[in-house]
Amino acid sequence: MLFIGCISGPSFRKGMNVTMNLSMRWLQDYVDYKGTPKEFSDAMTMSGSKVEGYARENDEISNVVVGKVLSVEKHPDADKLVVCQIDVGKDEPIQIVTGAKNVVPGALVPCALDGSTLPNGVKIKKGKLRGVLSQGMMCSLGELNLTAHDFPYAIEDGIFLIEEDCKPGDDVCDAIGLNDTCVEFEITSNRPDCLSVIGLAREASATFGLPVKLNPPVVRGSGDDVKNYLSVTVDNKDLCYRYSAKVVKNVKIEPSPRWMRERLRASGVRPINNLVDITNYVMLEYGQPMHAFDLKYVKGNKIVVRNAKPGETITTLDGVERPLKESMLVIADEEKPSAVAGVMGGEYSGIGDDTNTVVFESACFNGASVRRTAKAIGLRTESSSRFEKGLDPEGTMDALLRACELVEMLGCGEVVDGVIDEKGNVSPAPRVLFDPAGINRFLGTDIEESQMREILLSLGFTVEGDQVVSPSYRIDIHNKADIAEEVARIYGYDKIPVSQLRGSSEGSLGASQKYQRTIEQAMLAMGCYEVMTFSFVSPKEYDRMNLPADSKLRESVKILNPLGEDTSVMRTSVLPSMLEVIKTNYNNRNPEGAFYEIGNEYIPTGEDTLPDENPQVTIGLYGEKEDFYSLKGIVEGMLDAGDIRDWDIEPVTDDPTFHPGRTARILKDGKVLGIFGEVHPAVAQNYDIGARVYLGKFDLKTMFALSNSVKTYKPLPKFPASSRDLSLLADKALPIIEIEKAIKRAIPNILEEVKLFDVYEGAQVPEGKKSVSYSIVLRAPDRTLTVEECDNAVNKIFKELSKINVNLRQ
Amino acid sequence: MREQLEQIKQTGLARLKSCSNAKELDEVRVQILGKKGELTGILKQMGKLSAEERPVIGQVANEVRSALEEALAARQKELAQKELNDRLQKETIDVTMPGKKRPMGKAHPNTVVMNQIKEIFLGMGFFVAEGPEVEYDHYNFEALNIPKDHPARDTQDTFYISDNIVLRTQTSPVQVRVMESKKPPIRMISPGRVYRSDAVDATHSPLFHQIEGMVIDKGVTMADLKGTLETFLKKLYGEEAQLRFRPHHFPFTEPSAEVDIMCFACHGEGCRLCKGEGWIEILGCGMVHPDVLKGCGIDPEVYSGFAFGLGLERVVMRQYAIDDLRLLYENDLRFLNQF
Repeated sequence: MLFIGCISGPSFRKGMNVTMNLSMRWLQDYVDYKGTPKEFSDAMTMSGSKVEGYARENDEISNVVVGKVLSVEKHPDADKLVVCQIDVGKDEPIQIVTGAKNVVPGALVPCALDGSTLPNGVKIKKGKLRGVLSQGMMCSLGELNLTAHDFPYAIEDGIFLIEEDCKPGDDVCDAIGLNDTCVEFEITSNRPDCLSVIGLAREASATFGLPVKLNPPVVRGSGDDVKNYLSVTVDNKDLCYRYSAKVVKNVKIEPSPRWMRERLRASGVRPINNLVDITNYVMLEYGQPMHAFDLKYVKGNKIVVRNAKPGETITTLDGVERPLKESMLVIADEEKPSAVAGVMGGEYSGIGDDTNTVVFESACFNGASVRRTAKAIGLRTESSSRFEKGLDPEGTMDALLRACELVEMLGCGEVVDGVIDEKGNVSPAPRVLFDPAGINRFLGTDIEESQMREILLSLGFTVEGDQVVSPSYRIDIHNKADIAEEVARIYGYDKIPVSQLRGSSEGSLGASQKYQRTIEQAMLAMGCYEVMTFSFVSPKEYDRMNLPADSKLRESVKILNPLGEDTSVMRTSVLPSMLEVIKTNYNNRNPEGAFYEIGNEYIPTGEDTLPDENPQVTIGLYGEKEDFYSLKGIVEGMLDAGDIRDWDIEPVTDDPTFHPGRTARILKDGKVLGIFGEVHPAVAQNYDIGARVYLGKFDLKTMFALSNSVKTYKPLPKFPASSRDLSLLADKALPIIEIEKAIKRAIPNILEEVKLFDVYEGAQVPEGKKSVSYSIVLRAPDRTLTVEECDNAVNKIFKELSKINVNLRQ
Repeated sequence: MREQLEQIKQTGLARLKSCSNAKELDEVRVQILGKKGELTGILKQMGKLSAEERPVIGQVANEVRSALEEALAARQKELAQKELNDRLQKETIDVTMPGKKRPMGKAHPNTVVMNQIKEIFLGMGFFVAEGPEVEYDHYNFEALNIPKDHPARDTQDTFYISDNIVLRTQTSPVQVRVMESKKPPIRMISPGRVYRSDAVDATHSPLFHQIEGMVIDKGVTMADLKGTLETFLKKLYGEEAQLRFRPHHFPFTEPSAEVDIMCFACHGEGCRLCKGEGWIEILGCGMVHPDVLKGCGIDPEVYSGFAFGLGLERVVMRQYAIDDLRLLYENDLRFLNQF
């Protein structure tokens, strides 16, 4: 079987909304619209059918006329060229040199005259070809953006010899009907009815207040009875709402007439042959997917609409054998499935040269089921994408009869009398309360009830008492808000007044949001540029950051359908993201950089629970002037701005990402706030960064929790301070902070400031020792310190320092 | 004596005048007015004068002293001014030389614009709500009227973590969470990261930012929606910004609209920037669907509301004429320091 036009046809954009190309010529069959395409597009857009653009088919073609070939002579200097005299409706014929072989005297050809334009920006000028004047060009189908599908009598490899009723000098586009205007609509997923000429005609009718001319199809018939050919049973009435079919015998397969080919082309569908074209034509006109298949492949002349049986497969017409699941609805004969309902047919039941009797199927299937099936077997077709949005079960019969009407009109077969029409379980169209006052309250408008009624009637709704009944093709109408929208869009969104919210409301950031802003401000003030990185990373990042194989951080939230490995897991550490930023800048030869980011880490909590999302402040530095202490300065500044006081610091020697001798963590009240330090050289190498890199990472939630914004003013000093410099000798391995702590312990009351100003190892310092110099400031709040008091204080300091083996440097 | 005084005055004035710097001036001062100076010397001889002469000569002496002191002060002032002028002259530098940089970081352009937008809504009484980026399918889809087999599911191009957990494709789930936990009236915006499985190119990114907003209260109308968004967009784009509300479809709002802003470049005529339409799509919005309200425990017969959403990056790109979205996530300093 063949779901026709399943690949070509209106192109599907990525996303829920679909493009529909409307032929304005086709529209005229239904609505007598007289305005310009621009006016049409603007008004349709504002009433809810968004126009993406419009174009005349011949927009790019100018000054190309029909020419009659008068003579064809050999080119004097070129074997492969001929010189033609061509009547283009002027007093004198023109001369054109061509290499084409199919030009014969008497033929009508498209002639691009001097100064003409062709599609794709081609311009034609007169010139000489091997010394012989050529005053234009004869065009092939391709040069007019056409194919042999548009003109089956013509060849693609040569000049287009026109067999239309026209004369020399006629505009070629008018002569061959290449002059339709095509309007491109973006149709939203709730309006599958608008994926059709009639659907858009109905919208145009309501938009412009014009009547819509709907002529029920008329089929003469040829006697006989469909029951002699086919029986249909619908087993699953929940998934198949309706199955309508008719039979056409003695079919003659040939090209469709020009008017049909033109309309298909304008709609973006390639003409194929009369039967295929009819199914596509009806689908475009009525929005109902049609299906035509050869009766001789229907075993037992019986069609069953049923669920697939265990183990059944189908080879679809793209040649792929696909396994079927029992939840899938199939169209089967006595023996086996021949089509996946609403999705695609099998490969052997299609129409061929030996086809004599054809079944036209016009059915309606459950949208969700078609969608699930198409997804499961990996086939999205024009048909499935229409069905899955939900089609009108009432629409199958008109479309079927229209197809048969066209069969008779085109003379491509005899339509057998009688119709098969099996119905499934369909829920009745919902009725919605008609509440004009409620609609006005909801919209903030003052629309007359009578105007609302008119609008609803123009859209095919009926008002019965206080109920609105929607037309069967409007599967999207369920409640009062839907009715309000119908009224509003035809009334005009632009006419809805503008009002401001009433009542007062406090707008402010929450405490943690304000805290984050404070940290951001501090980072910027300290010279860090803010970066933004992706939250997902490659699992390989964990290798690059040197994590051991059993590290808990390797357990990430994994994306089932990632774009690629590079973005396949939610990061459990922000460090690789910052390393990538530094890598980018290093590679781009930026000599230095200071960055920060506030972004989440995602820590899994279990199979079916949400991960913990922990925002981190990440700091990254590199470049000549940066070192551990410049990073630490930023960390200290950040903690200060973040109102975190009395924090502790301790060296970290065992974090695999960091340098074991140049890394520290910050703690407060025993809780770790973060880690910072120089990146392990092996890690920097993994990122191809040929510079020392400094990273820090702090947990924003913990910082916020441990911050204390309560501050009490301390009076400015009234009495002078005294300062003393201390030059000390300490064990090399003793952390500086221990010396500071000892000094503070020694004189807690009068010590105002202790400032390290030099650390030195080397000449004149004994082996295993370092020289450390401090400047300390002493001050009492209530008096001027005497020299004796200061000397005493220094002595106390030395006494305390001696306990940790720190002594005055002699 | 009178002649002596006159003599001192004349020579003193001349000497003061000839001083060319503060040091010389001081020397002259000491020589004439100092303890051992000429004038002081004369005055010491006053005692020898008669009682009649003393007041007369005394007056003359005082006149001489004050004349000299005045001249001294004037000369001091003159010289100070001259010295200052000389110094200023000498200290002249080339002010066109580059400044010495103080370290200063810059916020990411996304943050700059996000903060502008937040400020506007904070000023209109909205609060800022946050929620998880890894989200239950229920909050991201089902509660927003997008059941499992809804056609809109594809569109969202969702990243799945499991059958029930997704990377949120919009920040609307935050609104659902707020509705579930807070009674109306609600005025909120929910800015944040969202994810869609679009491959990276100049206009697509699998991660981008949205700002969604929602108002729920008694008697909220579509006219309020128009008014609120008009206020917002005019604050963002200027009072002269022209808006157009155009019907559209979203599963979670009814009626739904898209808002276009008149093209800044061509003022509606149609140009390359707006792809010939004259209008540029800015945001989606609508009245919150009654089923969504019901699902969150809010009675649609009592309350109504509206919601809207816009993509941050598109606003950022337009604001700074950035033509490639990838730049926003490459974090090259040469890019970041332009904002």
